[in-house]
Amino acid sequence: MQTGNLLLLLVVMVAGAYYLGHRRSYALARPLGGIRHLHSLPFYFAMRSAMWCAIPAMVVLALWLAFDDSIIRQQVLASLPQQLQPTDASSYNLTLSKIQNVASGALPTSFVEPPIAEAAQRLQSLKQTSAMALTVVVIVLCMLGGAWAWLKVSPQLRARQQVERVLQTIFMLCATVAILTTVGIVLSVLFESIRFFGRVPVTDFLFGLQWSPQTALRADQVASGGAFGAVPLFMGTLLISAIALLVAVPVGLMSAIYLAEYASNRVRTVAKPALEVLAGVPTVVYGFFAALTVAPFIRGLGESIGLNVASESALAAGLVMGIMIIPFVSSLADDVITAVPQAMRDGSLGLGATKSETIKKVIFPAALPGIMGGILLAASRAIGETMIVVMAAGLAANLTANPLEAVTTITVQIVTLLTGDQEFDSAKTLAAFALGLMLFITTLVMNIFALHIVKKYREQYD
Amino acid sequence: MSETTEKVRKTLARRYRAEKRFKAFGIGSIAIGLMALVLLFTDIIGKGHSAFVEHEIQLPITFDAEVLDISNPRDEDELNYGNYQGVIRDALAERFPSVEGRQDTRALNQLVSTGAGYALRDMLREDPSLLGETRTLWLLADDDVDLFLKANEKQREDSRLNAKQREWVAELEASGETRVVFNQSLFSYGDSREPEQAGILGAILGSLFTMIVTLVLSFPIGVAAAVYLEEFAPKNKFTDFIEVNINNLAAVPSIIFGLLGLAVIIGLFGLPRSVPLVGGIVLTLMTLPTIIISSRAAIKAVPPSIRQAALGLGASKMQVVLHHVLPLALPGMLTGAIIGMAQALGETAPLLMIGMVAFIVDLPAGPLDAATVLPVQIYLWADSPEQSFEALASAAIMVLLAFLITMNTLAVVLRKRLERRW
Repeated sequence: MQTGNLLLLLVVMVAGAYYLGHRRSYALARPLGGIRHLHSLPFYFAMRSAMWCAIPAMVVLALWLAFDDSIIRQQVLASLPQQLQPTDASSYNLTLSKIQNVASGALPTSFVEPPIAEAAQRLQSLKQTSAMALTVVVIVLCMLGGAWAWLKVSPQLRARQQVERVLQTIFMLCATVAILTTVGIVLSVLFESIRFFGRVPVTDFLFGLQWSPQTALRADQVASGGAFGAVPLFMGTLLISAIALLVAVPVGLMSAIYLAEYASNRVRTVAKPALEVLAGVPTVVYGFFAALTVAPFIRGLGESIGLNVASESALAAGLVMGIMIIPFVSSLADDVITAVPQAMRDGSLGLGATKSETIKKVIFPAALPGIMGGILLAASRAIGETMIVVMAAGLAANLTANPLEAVTTITVQIVTLLTGDQEFDSAKTLAAFALGLMLFITTLVMNIFALHIVKKYREQYD
Repeated sequence: MSETTEKVRKTLARRYRAEKRFKAFGIGSIAIGLMALVLLFTDIIGKGHSAFVEHEIQLPITFDAEVLDISNPRDEDELNYGNYQGVIRDALAERFPSVEGRQDTRALNQLVSTGAGYALRDMLREDPSLLGETRTLWLLADDDVDLFLKANEKQREDSRLNAKQREWVAELEASGETRVVFNQSLFSYGDSREPEQAGILGAILGSLFTMIVTLVLSFPIGVAAAVYLEEFAPKNKFTDFIEVNINNLAAVPSIIFGLLGLAVIIGLFGLPRSVPLVGGIVLTLMTLPTIIISSRAAIKAVPPSIRQAALGLGASKMQVVLHHVLPLALPGMLTGAIIGMAQALGETAPLLMIGMVAFIVDLPAGPLDAATVLPVQIYLWADSPEQSFEALASAAIMVLLAFLITMNTLAVVLRKRLERRW
């Protein structure tokens, strides 16, 4: 049976179990003189039945669907004769896709060796068996669970407590998804990175000045190894992020100060949401703007004063990225500036300082840690930003500090290394994961540090 | 007057100037931000508005059975393999009888879109009696012709049309044999290599399926997690650890979630590439922190007196939460969910990682069909060398922004309507 139909059947069975549990609790309550003689409301008996029916079957279904493919694959490959056994990862994938294509009918059996055709048949039959077995197991589990719950219904049964405990456990499991995601990220990135560092030494990666990940098709080609020195990428990322921060920090900070300290209520209610619209614009739109409007404009401007500007200059990408981060900086700065106690302002103004002097000499120093935290968060945003640089920055690694030249960044390289079809195992793809690891660690450290600063600062005035 | 007052008075003018300067900086900063916003929108609208219309060319088409190679117009196979380009070629040759030579004929035939043939086929299918008849029809122009007609005098000089083609098009234009119509294909087709036939419907459907998966997964999980953390979680190391994780995930670059999807969901669990289901799962993981954080804020805003009243009447902790706290917190949670969805709708980078960048012509029919999403479609078109795709990308951006503005307005309205102040 197809998974969709099976799920539908499951829903029907669970509804049935609910109904039966409900009926049984009423039936038991009637001779006693009404449902007030039951320990829990009939709803809880019914829910308990439904849970017994659904949860074991769902767990088995999920596990089965998650792992049946890989188990069947292994079985099929193991059945191949010795000379056809795949030796490395790429031939593994090749054999596998051959078998799958034959099994799905895309490749005629006459095109492949007889053992492969046999394996395809085996794959087909195993898949069918698996689907049948799954259907049977799920239905049996459903019925057994429902029947067990139905039998156990009695006026003394503490159904409410049981249902509530299960619900609470489900809530907790949902909360742990966050942990699982983090663990998943760390493991997936780390695992592939370790394999990468098995081929390319860590020191070469971290300190190498040459980045050209094109691995050759033949071993005897020139530069067949590819070079994986990531310093040009780090420098490119830093350059573009620095330009972005140079735009975003002054503009964002001054807007926040103006909105918090000077602006009338009317101005604030208009200008603040308008600035925040900038944060809601998708990054791909900024990328489009940077690549097709800002970059040609800067190039034209540079040429008109005799400068040679690359068409994918770091300046264009950085400028637009800076615009994107403005609302980020300004809203964080706004938070910390308004958190400075009014008494400090009043004190300074009372001593005769002008408003700007109060801001510069009293409020700004008091808010400085929070502002620094905000800037750090903004910087980590800039480093991890992808679409703008993918569309507007260059692809070739270039170790330079000149904002008019094209540079490439970590995120650009991750995207170019991983988009398109390629085997999962080459040094090229693994390099993307190593870059991902660097990106993850950097942003994580910056975030933790920034949150720490912000938190510590908040405690001072609360 | 004391010495100090004298001193202060001397510097007063300078200090007031500094004050004015400082204030001007503030106004300038806000102006820069707003300017950027205005510039961004005008640029995109200026580039994209022309993609909502397209040009058609009027031609007398003869549905000649011999040229079409169709004897029975009710036979589906014959209909599908009919030589519609031949009919169009004949019509063009008739309109411009002076054109001779292979090169010129080919240039002439390039004026009409290759998609025009399909329109003829559909007409013939609908009305088989057309076979052998002659009709004056409006046919979709090629994208270069379209661009030429949309351009002003100066831009026309850079057109990709050659001199003769320009002459022919100008002739058609002067005699009223071209017209502007609303670009229907934009909203009724998937991607295409030909700009005049490319549409965003496929991408919109892909986005829709991805968003459905994301909503179905992230809203229940996010609310459940928020309820647990706010109402049930004991104060211990484990709970702290969960909170730290949520806060950090909120700031992890989105592309990292794409790596996770590639390595775990596709690599380990063996789900297919390029499908909205995987995209939805990845976006769920990405938006969960947003939804959890806003849901927690909504739950926190429910006053404790309500909990105490329910508890006092004998409700269990779970009943208090499910019957009283959750309904009261729901508007806030919905607002958070809509904002999270808007974020997910505009997200591109993680979807590039899981292969949703493929060139897909067919419209996806479900979350397990290979598809692309609106932002990725924009990325693909923006990267395309053909100039017409630039306008299409801008048009797609306008549609995307319209969706986002609607969602955010909905969130604001919802908050205003349903929010309760205690």
